[in-house]
Amino acid sequence: MIEFIPESLITFWNWLPVYIQIIAKIVLILVPLMLSVAYVTYAERKVIGAMQVRIGPNRVGFFGFRLWGLGQPIADAVKLMMKEVILPTKANKFLFLTAPVLSIAPALAAWAVVPFDRGMALTEINAGLLYVLALTSIGVYGVIIAGWASNSKYAILSALRAGAQIVAYEIAMGFALVGVLMASGSLNLSDIVEGQAGGMANWFVWPLLPLFFVYFISGVAETNRAPFDVAEGESEIVAGFHVEYSGMAFAVFFLAEYANIILISALTALMFLGGWLSPFENMAFAQDSFLAETSLLWFAGKTAFFIFCFLWFRATFPRYRYDQIMRLGWKVFIPVTIVWLFVEALMLVAKVGPWAV
Amino acid sequence: MKKTIAHFIKSFTFWELLKGLSVTLRYFFSRKITIQYPEEKTPMSPRFRGLHAQRRYANGEERCIACKLCEAVCPALAITIDVEEREDGSRRTSRYDIDLFKCIYCGFCEEACPVDAIVETHIFEYHFEEKGTQIMTKDKLLEIGDKYETEIAANKAADAKYR
Repeated sequence: MIEFIPESLITFWNWLPVYIQIIAKIVLILVPLMLSVAYVTYAERKVIGAMQVRIGPNRVGFFGFRLWGLGQPIADAVKLMMKEVILPTKANKFLFLTAPVLSIAPALAAWAVVPFDRGMALTEINAGLLYVLALTSIGVYGVIIAGWASNSKYAILSALRAGAQIVAYEIAMGFALVGVLMASGSLNLSDIVEGQAGGMANWFVWPLLPLFFVYFISGVAETNRAPFDVAEGESEIVAGFHVEYSGMAFAVFFLAEYANIILISALTALMFLGGWLSPFENMAFAQDSFLAETSLLWFAGKTAFFIFCFLWFRATFPRYRYDQIMRLGWKVFIPVTIVWLFVEALMLVAKVGPWAV
Repeated sequence: MKKTIAHFIKSFTFWELLKGLSVTLRYFFSRKITIQYPEEKTPMSPRFRGLHAQRRYANGEERCIACKLCEAVCPALAITIDVEEREDGSRRTSRYDIDLFKCIYCGFCEEACPVDAIVETHIFEYHFEEKGTQIMTKDKLLEIGDKYETEIAANKAADAKYR
């Protein structure tokens, strides 16, 4: 990609002070991210609509053209920004307004270590995986504080549910990541991706198949998405921890949810499906063609697939009962991951499968 | 024992979940049944009960004979009728009001009418912008009747053999 950029632009870039460079990079990551968050909401409505034999939003376009309703997320955003942020009388105002920020900040900050292509990451820290794990667990605070600060029964009940659920699935998720760490021998996300080089067969999904499923399903539970969305069960607790929120404060929660979906999808793609690597590496038919090249598009495609899965699950599965969620988290996923970690360790020691050197 | 093992295999291969996912995926690619309302409309039965209208005979004489059967049958008490003798000695209404906020569009007035004077038309896209305009007076009802007479007559004819 670098070769397309003219020389003068590169010299100008190098001339800029480092902090300006960093800010520019952050903007370069966040602006497309926020746009894709907006359009994931559109995609969700379209996909779920299609699965319910409807066509979804198709009216709002740009400049008098309908364009399949592509203007919908923009219109929604404008509407939410215009609305009043209502503060409940007895709510703790400071915490009430901090909670949305607390829930969106980790979802955005985690992108600092995500490599989009070879050498294309904001930072290459060697504890990238640990950083991601730490940030995704901070997301719970947003939910819990929102529930508590709202001073509403529904909100506090939902926050309790969400808190317990996220903490439960965090463990299974962490264990699944330990599997990835063992397989790659590194906490650096770029190294993890490089460890899967050599075509589809070398991806970590295959040796770590149970962990892959555990990770992805835990990811769905972590983001409080259907079928694990008891935290916002309409039938019993209205909208859950964000009942009392309106306008932009609500919109920020909404953004956080979708940013988390994209994040989990991207991480699954990175850690199990070889991130930016092409699935057709070292394959005869794709040799020397664009198919075998590593590119941002592979990463985007894999992420998009997982995002589609999120929407697909929502259209398919009924909501879990609360005790079933807990059972699945503690009594199924954690044992499965522990067993598979042992199996993986044995495979590593015996040098079988992908580790046969 | 066999059952437990079968259950284990079934749940760990996500068999039932995949079956569910395949159903939704099939529908994802199927033809959509959405009717895009203002441009497309669903077919309507000749019995459709929308906005009311009062009809006239072909010679221009209003049909209503002020028998008050519709007023009596109206379950929502939406119809108010005052009766007077016209100069030529015929019994006519001096006031025939339907309060559309009360009306539940049951069609009983239409059923009860011995002369097919009060009918419910296909019109369902209407609104009121001012308080009071929801009261359909005799003039308004006759106006609608005059405007849509051909349509109303056609619907009546289409439904006649089932009455």
